[in-house]
Amino acid sequence: MTDAPLLKVRDVSKFYGARIGCRNVSFELWPGEVLAIVGESGSGKTTLLNCLATRLMPTSGTIEYRMRDGQMRDLAHMGEAERRFLMRTDWGFVHQNPADGLRMAVSAGANVGERLMAVGQRHYGNIRATAGDWLRRVEIEVDRIDDQPRAFSGGMRQRLQIARNLVTSPRLVFMDEPTGGLDVSVQARLLDLVRNLVHDLGLSAIIVTHDLAVARLLSHRMMVMKDGQVIEQGLTDRVLDDPREAYTQLLVSSILQV
Amino acid sequence: MNAVSTELATYNFAYLDEQTKRMIRRAILKAIAIPGYQVPFASREMPMPYGWGTGGVQVTAAILGPDDVLKVIDQGADDTTNAVSIRAFFKKVANMAVTTKTGEATIIQTRHRIPEEKLTAGQTLVYQVPIPEPLRFLEPRETETRKMHALEEYGLMHVKLYEDIARNGHIATTYAYPVKVEGRYVMDPSPTPKFDNPKMHMSEALQLFGAGREKRIYAVPPYTEVVSLDFEDHPFEIQTFDKPCALCGAENVYLDEVVLDDKGGRMFVCSDTDHCEDRRDHGHCGTMLAYDKETAR
Repeated sequence: MTDAPLLKVRDVSKFYGARIGCRNVSFELWPGEVLAIVGESGSGKTTLLNCLATRLMPTSGTIEYRMRDGQMRDLAHMGEAERRFLMRTDWGFVHQNPADGLRMAVSAGANVGERLMAVGQRHYGNIRATAGDWLRRVEIEVDRIDDQPRAFSGGMRQRLQIARNLVTSPRLVFMDEPTGGLDVSVQARLLDLVRNLVHDLGLSAIIVTHDLAVARLLSHRMMVMKDGQVIEQGLTDRVLDDPREAYTQLLVSSILQV
Repeated sequence: MNAVSTELATYNFAYLDEQTKRMIRRAILKAIAIPGYQVPFASREMPMPYGWGTGGVQVTAAILGPDDVLKVIDQGADDTTNAVSIRAFFKKVANMAVTTKTGEATIIQTRHRIPEEKLTAGQTLVYQVPIPEPLRFLEPRETETRKMHALEEYGLMHVKLYEDIARNGHIATTYAYPVKVEGRYVMDPSPTPKFDNPKMHMSEALQLFGAGREKRIYAVPPYTEVVSLDFEDHPFEIQTFDKPCALCGAENVYLDEVVLDDKGGRMFVCSDTDHCEDRRDHGHCGTMLAYDKETAR
């Protein structure tokens, strides 16, 4: 980890009219760090994530991102063209439902290659080779490269979505419940895969999840949200082993033991 | 009084009222100023169904003058239903000269083809466009495609070509082949075969595109760069034909296949009928034409 944060969030709030999405959230994310945002449904996790990823405009507060040239830039003051370019090169966004993040009507290879073509690669052979390489890395057999994601299982779709996001070597990946809707054995493989990729590529990631096991496995640090506010944050092991807030204690004790 | 009541109602020159024509002309001027950009316009109901060239007819009506000479082609032919009807329509409502000769026309309305004969400065080619948005089949949202045009995000267009190669081993798009105009906007050249794409590049003639149902007008001004999209290792290629035209013997022209009987007999003839007739008048002769003369004797 270097000595400068990648993302600086100051007092971010998002209101939907009179309702609160999230309120006064502040944190810093460091390069190579994985941050989990946990909390129950409706606690504002996804709203916060969407604000961070510029998919929603926060009502107040600032979000600054360290660009590749080392400059801190306020995302709200960036032009739309620049922001969208950032989103498809330096960032990744993994949706809970892979159908939202994939193009279901084009082949797996084209799905992975889309970002490459968007940044100007115009050599079919190279694009295809890179796509094949990424399919292998996310444990999808290379002979499925010309199949459409429709023909893939839920777990494969999610892995394809991850490959599609990582192909431009982003520095920051947002994940919204990446293991939601997958059965436990598939979940375990996916978590293993994500953990290895994050480690190998030195990615920073912000993962929204309601599953504390996911947070435990993947994240270095976690934030617990309730009613739109961050009620506790700290190192993952500390928060899970020694929860201070009553709500966090409730959350930790609610995990089913088999 | 009697004379007035028996007289047929007359249309304004070229059917559309003057205010509508002004509105369309403004859209055309804007389109010419921003080559390849789709300008929205308030498309009118025309006395023909959508899909029959309502966009092209409105553009033609807006730019027609009494001294213009109009040629209309459909699939390259002057004598198909659509071409004949539109020609008759303008002859009636604008009382103007019409022709089938490419060289004599000042305005050529077309669906599918650019004439084989080289168009010259002063001529205008009007295309009838069914779907003006090249990104449509990959991105159904209009708000999103407009944003993509505005921000020049054209990676998706190559995704389509990638899919083509992945499925077929080569770029299998043969018509409505996407082009980049003047290094900026990606444009759908309407359902013309890709054979005609190179003719759009640096054309001396003004090219106007009208989509009636989708309410869009776009343009390629004369001497504008029009480049077909491709991959470095799969470059853009036009269709080639094994044999020359069976009637006039022309090579390097776009041919139509005509089925002659139910025993597999077929011939390939020029899609551009005017070009073919002109060549035959000048003594060019294809294999099937000679055969016909023999049997006639």
